[in-house]
Amino acid sequence: MSRFSLFLLPAIGFALAGCRGWQSALDAQGPQASELAWLFWIFTWVLGAIWLAVMIALAAALLRSPASRPDPLLVNPAQDRRYAAVVASLAVATGVVVLVLTGLSVVSQRNLFRVEEEAVTIRVTGRQWWWEIRYEEADASRSFTTANEIHLPVGKPVKIILNSADVIHSFWVPSLMGKQDLIKGQENDIRLVADRPGIYRGQCAEFCGLQHAHMGILAVAESQQDFERWRDAQIRPAEPPGDPERQKGQAAFLTQPCIMCHSVRGTPAGGKVAPDLTHVGSRKYLAAGTLPMSRGNLAAWIVDPHGIKPGVNMPTIKLQPDDLNAIASYLEGLK
Amino acid sequence: MSDALARRDERDLRDTMVDGSELHARLAKTWGTGRGLIAALSTVDHKIVARRYLVTAFVFLFLGGLSAAAMRIQLARPENQFIGPDLYNQLFTMHGTTMMFLFAVPVMEAVGIYLVPLMLGTRNIAFPRLNAFSYWVFLFGGLFLWVAFILNIGPDVGWFAYTPLSGPQYSPGKRTDVWAQMITFTEIAALATAVEFIVTILKQRAPGMTLDRIPLFVWAILVTSFVIVFAMPAVMVASTMLILDRLIGTHFFNPSEGGDSLLWQHLFWFFGHPEVYIIFLPAAGMVSSIVVAFARRPALGYLPLVLSLIAVGFLSFGLWVHHMFTTGLPQLGAAFFTANSMLIAIPNGIQIFCWIATLWGGKPVFRTPLLFVLGFFFIFVLGGLSGIMLASVPIDTQVHDTYFVVAHFHYVLIGGAVFPLLGAVYYWFPKITGRMMSERLGRWNFWLAFIGFNLAFFPMHLLGLQGMPRRVYTYQPEMGWGTLNLLATIGSVILLISFVLFLWNVVSSNRRGEIAGDNPWDAGTLEWATSSPPPPQNFDRIPLVTSREPLWAERGPLPVVGGLAVDMRQVVVGTVTEARPILRESSPEPSIWPLFAAIAVGGTFLGSIFTPWAVVWGSIPVAITLIGWFWPSGSPEDEK
Amino acid sequence: MSALARLLLLVLLAFAGCQREERSFRADPVATESIEKVALVPLSPGPSGPVTDTSGKGKEYENNAYHLAQGKTLYKWMNCNGCHANGGGGSGPALIDDLWIYGGSIENIVQTIREGRPNGMPSFRGKIPDDQIWQIAGFVRSMSGNVPKDAAPGRDDALHPRPAENRTPEFPPVSGGAPPPR
Repeated sequence: MSRFSLFLLPAIGFALAGCRGWQSALDAQGPQASELAWLFWIFTWVLGAIWLAVMIALAAALLRSPASRPDPLLVNPAQDRRYAAVVASLAVATGVVVLVLTGLSVVSQRNLFRVEEEAVTIRVTGRQWWWEIRYEEADASRSFTTANEIHLPVGKPVKIILNSADVIHSFWVPSLMGKQDLIKGQENDIRLVADRPGIYRGQCAEFCGLQHAHMGILAVAESQQDFERWRDAQIRPAEPPGDPERQKGQAAFLTQPCIMCHSVRGTPAGGKVAPDLTHVGSRKYLAAGTLPMSRGNLAAWIVDPHGIKPGVNMPTIKLQPDDLNAIASYLEGLK
Repeated sequence: MSDALARRDERDLRDTMVDGSELHARLAKTWGTGRGLIAALSTVDHKIVARRYLVTAFVFLFLGGLSAAAMRIQLARPENQFIGPDLYNQLFTMHGTTMMFLFAVPVMEAVGIYLVPLMLGTRNIAFPRLNAFSYWVFLFGGLFLWVAFILNIGPDVGWFAYTPLSGPQYSPGKRTDVWAQMITFTEIAALATAVEFIVTILKQRAPGMTLDRIPLFVWAILVTSFVIVFAMPAVMVASTMLILDRLIGTHFFNPSEGGDSLLWQHLFWFFGHPEVYIIFLPAAGMVSSIVVAFARRPALGYLPLVLSLIAVGFLSFGLWVHHMFTTGLPQLGAAFFTANSMLIAIPNGIQIFCWIATLWGGKPVFRTPLLFVLGFFFIFVLGGLSGIMLASVPIDTQVHDTYFVVAHFHYVLIGGAVFPLLGAVYYWFPKITGRMMSERLGRWNFWLAFIGFNLAFFPMHLLGLQGMPRRVYTYQPEMGWGTLNLLATIGSVILLISFVLFLWNVVSSNRRGEIAGDNPWDAGTLEWATSSPPPPQNFDRIPLVTSREPLWAERGPLPVVGGLAVDMRQVVVGTVTEARPILRESSPEPSIWPLFAAIAVGGTFLGSIFTPWAVVWGSIPVAITLIGWFWPSGSPEDEK
Repeated sequence: MSALARLLLLVLLAFAGCQREERSFRADPVATESIEKVALVPLSPGPSGPVTDTSGKGKEYENNAYHLAQGKTLYKWMNCNGCHANGGGGSGPALIDDLWIYGGSIENIVQTIREGRPNGMPSFRGKIPDDQIWQIAGFVRSMSGNVPKDAAPGRDDALHPRPAENRTPEFPPVSGGAPPPR
């Protein structure tokens, strides 16, 4: 990384810090992302070296101190021919470098988009400004819908089908794979594998309107057993609440505007235009990667969504304070 | 000349018959712009139009810069509450649109409009009334956009306005229509100037200026003009289709009725990528001019430099898909565009090598213009190399639409176009105003711009790799992007200060700068052969060109050709390749009609975002003003 | 000079429309229900017409492009099209014509949505927040060409069986959404 070290030395520190970020392209956690990181570093080294060489040549050209030139047209043809030869050979060298880099890029592209038999198929539908996630199984009773958080078994190829319900979004979890757009009217797909268990964050990468900034997604990679456990839990409808506060919350939820948009499987709530809340309490984040899941944040989000995501499609509704607490408690309990 | 009776006889007065100061005065009267408001609005003098273009474009630069500063303040720390998402989206759209359509392209054209006729040794640009018209249309388009912004009708869908976000369903109101119609304004202006350049450069060169004696800057403008002619119609068609979708319910970009939202991206980037070279190629021409003048030797590799310009012009049309690598195109197709995008590094590399070789073989004189060119090398080469990364499909899937790309194109556009442009202003300012810019302020300006720029934009590479997407109005503290963003904001403030300093230098040097003389840098091209600022007729007699750097070849007075009328506007028209003079062509007189035509066209465009009938009714005033424009005025040139 | 005049003209033109582009996301005051007193008939005893008392919220909503566009989205999301189709009517009456059983002002429509009406129109009070009811009502008005054309939503990005709201003709179509007789 010659240019990193040359100027802006502190940048190294940041860059390294970036490697550990949970949404960093250089923190590769799967074969696809590693392929990308490897290619990125090759390019960076080669091109950094070229930049350095050009700068050295420029400095040398400036630091030579030839005699002053009263007559600018007085040139030495033999010398110019030598310069021309150097320029020509550098042009050829540029061509060779470009050719090699193109070759590397094409090979890497083939590796990246190689199709393997997938173990899990996830359909991700982009919406303003959240992700609808549907796990698709041949057995329809084992298909289910959730939102804003995907789980994947470690080491298994996952196929992600991308589509959009409205404008163009882009699915990007940098630690696992490069991005791919979600476009209405066409279906894209990518395949990825997570090597290690962990939680990797992603974010919508194509400008999609007011709340483009708050459209995060979490990819949770876990062992096969954990994944199965999670999937079995997600397939089940919501458990009826046990304690009185949550019961009150459920009653409030079902009589308030919430049900116009949200679904909770196992209850009459069947709205289809907002995230499915059947197991909302099991998710790690709220409002598409905006707030960590907690009862307090749930209440804050319900009471003033536009304070947190101005312009979001979730309306501000009139709620009595104890109803609010009860609903937050009910939703938190939907594990 | 005061003798009206003698006018008939004088109509055929040639410059061979009068001499010295009388010739100068008569020509100045023939070519001059009168006094008063009407005369000022009617002028067709390329230098006056170019000055207006320059000033207007720089005003837009400052407006665009201020909107960038507002965005940087908002992003300086996580969860900042300075600007909300609605205004932020308008701001980044205004920033991008202003910088690309209202600053970068017009300012390059402005420099060309000023310099090309001077460098070619002719008296005015071809189609001077069209030139005046293009300025007015550009001005109205820019005003239209910014007035709309002030009234909260500023477009908020990005300068790329991807459908369906910009379509009727997801962009209510008139905001996007304002954007789309502004495109039509500025593209008409750009197309008009491109046509003028092509004709001027091919037909109006001074006798003896064969194709291989054309200054490199003029070559750059010629190639740019051809790129404009082929690229701009794509975006005009696209923006018109968008307005049709929005206003009368067509379905060009609507997949459920047989349209395709990706069609927008193809059309937009088919223009959008050549656009980058429309901005960069003239800047490359400026670099060539400055390098040659300050290395004090002819360009090493004139032919490769020209061929590189042409190659870049051609290749620029084969790159557009690298903006769409993540849209799910066929892999092989994408790989083809990888190869093509990388290929363009070769001609650009050749240009860089030739410039460095020229500096190597010369004796560099370190004045401000050269400093900016050196800054250009530092920044542009870096930006070009990160561009090679973006050309690779796999790498692009990671860094596309992140701050890495923001860093990349600011390195390319500010490094590749704005630094040379500032150098060019320092270089040609004495020609335009007759006074030198302050060297001391110039050095401050350069170093502040250089440091501020790198501080502002280098960290963005890292931010992009750390996963920060573009066009987000805020980010959460736990993302860990705060420090680098703060650094970038500090850098952008320094950059802004450098531009304020530049403005101050321009204003104060214009008043009190050292008197420059005709050729303060002892440069070799023709624009330095006339006085500073040049008289309305540019040259009293048309020079005869025998070399690429006529002023270096002829230390005495230049050889000239004679025979042009003195009391009528005439220019020499020559053959395309050898510039052998073939006829004396009359050049149009000033006219107020281009302004009226621009008002009529502007009114039509403005109305057409409200009702399609505006096109029908608007065509009547447009037709009237065009008839007025072309009506034979009975002036001498018509009788010949 | 004429540039200046043009600028002034633009400013004047646009000032009329600038609230059309405002985007207020948070209803103000939050989630309170405004009381509109609008009569359903033009008759009333005495010399004056019926007493009406409106909050003025109607103008704010039916002249604003953002509200109308949101209304268009909500019209589908809240399943209005389940009965009224795309305005042509189904089990519910058509909305693109000039026949209003319970009044055609935005206040009337808000009341209709909020309170429900006999013979099938459910009450949405407490199910749809008040500002969204206003947005939907504004959109319903736009379907019959009753809002400013430059604020009315354009066509959908979906199959669309009738002209977009901003192309809806000014003459009122006949009941049922059939093409107007020529």
